[in-house]
Amino acid sequence: MLGHLFGVLFDGLAYGMLLFVLSVGLSVTLGLMNFVNLAHGSFAMLGGYVCVTLMRQAQWPFLVTLPASFLAAAAASVALERALYRRLYRASDLDQVLMTIGVVFVSVAVAAYLYGTTQQPVELPAFLRGNVHLVGLDLGRYRLFLISTAVVITVALMLSIERTRWGAQIRAAVDNQRMARGLGIDVDGVFAVTFAIGSGLAGLGGALAIEMVGLDPSFAFKYLVYFLIVVSLGGLGSITGSFAAAALLGISDVAGKYYIPEFGAFLIYLVMITFLLWRPAGLFGRR
Amino acid sequence: MMKAANLVALPHQHLAAQRRWQPLETAFWAATLLPFWLAPTHLVLASQIAITALFALSLDLILGYAGLISLGHAAFFGSGAYCAGLIARAGWGEPLSGLLVATAVAAVFGYASSFIIVRVNHLALIMVTLGLGLMLYEAANRAGWLTGGDDGLQGVSIWPILGRFDFDLYGYSAYGYSLAVLFVSFLFARRVINSPFGLSLRAIRENRARMPALGAPIRARLRTVYTIAAALAGTAGALSAQTTQFVALETLSFQRSAELLVMLVLGGAGRLYGGLAGAIIFMVARDQLADLNPQYWYFWLGLMLIVVVSFLPNGILGGLAALLGERGRQ
Repeated sequence: MLGHLFGVLFDGLAYGMLLFVLSVGLSVTLGLMNFVNLAHGSFAMLGGYVCVTLMRQAQWPFLVTLPASFLAAAAASVALERALYRRLYRASDLDQVLMTIGVVFVSVAVAAYLYGTTQQPVELPAFLRGNVHLVGLDLGRYRLFLISTAVVITVALMLSIERTRWGAQIRAAVDNQRMARGLGIDVDGVFAVTFAIGSGLAGLGGALAIEMVGLDPSFAFKYLVYFLIVVSLGGLGSITGSFAAAALLGISDVAGKYYIPEFGAFLIYLVMITFLLWRPAGLFGRR
Repeated sequence: MMKAANLVALPHQHLAAQRRWQPLETAFWAATLLPFWLAPTHLVLASQIAITALFALSLDLILGYAGLISLGHAAFFGSGAYCAGLIARAGWGEPLSGLLVATAVAAVFGYASSFIIVRVNHLALIMVTLGLGLMLYEAANRAGWLTGGDDGLQGVSIWPILGRFDFDLYGYSAYGYSLAVLFVSFLFARRVINSPFGLSLRAIRENRARMPALGAPIRARLRTVYTIAAALAGTAGALSAQTTQFVALETLSFQRSAELLVMLVLGGAGRLYGGLAGAIIFMVARDQLADLNPQYWYFWLGLMLIVVVSFLPNGILGGLAALLGERGRQ
């Protein structure tokens, strides 16, 4: 029983960490630029398809495809930002929602055109398959890999925001955009870099997600809700908040599906609405 | 002194002018009768368009006039549809009473959720409407014993309207019935919008901070309009269940809500006829394009959205009005 409980916690944590990598970029763009980017899942999907294509067509090893997925999603996001998003920064919520839903629809159709609607399998290297035996428990290697990747990303993000010049510029731009501009900070440039990194992380998450949740053209829609839950629960622009919210969501989703399967996804929506009413700015939100 | 009196009189004059029927409006409603003669083979599609137009009109009340973004409006359409379907399956197939009961149930749902809706803003509002919609979808999916789950609600049989007009295969009664309900609902919505209440909704949309200073109870106003919109969406859902004699789980889905948003914005939000025009263009386009290749319909849909947001901020009707040199939206 205790072993079961621990297993559910572990699986939930691994799932939560995956959600964290997928959605932390959205939290940053929403928090920093106040831009409701519902197309975040499309970047994740792009990363996933890049990973699958490189492994199948070019025989790249799995680990090498991960940075490639990051770069592809980041590059695509910069192109999209230049072409479409930039002029919507000051537009209404509704325009942003509509434009980005439009991007999601187009990306879903393009993915279906290029790859068909079937699930895309991915072949993991041998050292990520199977279980390791640790203190009396069987832990999936891939899940351990996911958790450690997420921890590395969190630490790297925290350090770069707290300790680097770029991080200081971001914090300044978020706290007071006009003042930051007045001090000569290139706010648009900082935003563009931040947006690219956030979308790149989504691409990386999309590649990492294939083994856990699969990949098909509906990915961009199916996980959008999860991203938004993480972001709105964690509080906009808060990395620690996203981390905690993603872990909470992952564990409660897995536990709910394990212990009360008849409720399905109902439970997490209920939790989300309750939390949003209690704290509309999120658990760690400042506003 | 004279000036002050003018200021008081102006809003009433404005509303009275708005309430007067324009020749173009009469022409539009007369044209809705044309399909009976011009396209008698497409009456089923025409009835679907009328139902969707009513659904879009209901969203326009909250989105176009009150400025509340909802990504979960299908929840009310679906609850109306399921309610009407369940009544008919339980053995009471009389359409008009079923329609009224379904409308009332959707209104109750809307009133209950409106207390949550008015408390949140911006991203939280989008999330809460999305979450409520998804919750209802999941609930209907799980309650297979009641709703039929994924297979949809089958065995809905509807008696003839007023005991005379049977639902035929060609959709004569279905279109006539849907069109009549749409017209009555439109008259109601038009009256609501061109009342002092409707004017206060537009004021809330334009400046939410200033309205309380005028003594307007924002939350009560928003709750009222949200309930009305939910009721009309429920009517549309009930019409859909009765005319197709089937309720799919898809009526509650997020895609349904998103598509609705698309057609409203395509037509032009905040101008009553925007939802109707959007529904006509959207449904006809889907009928044509989906025949070519159903899988890629979403591509065209997405492209339409991007183009409309980029180049036609007030929708097609807004663009037309600008071309004709009219003033912007009301």
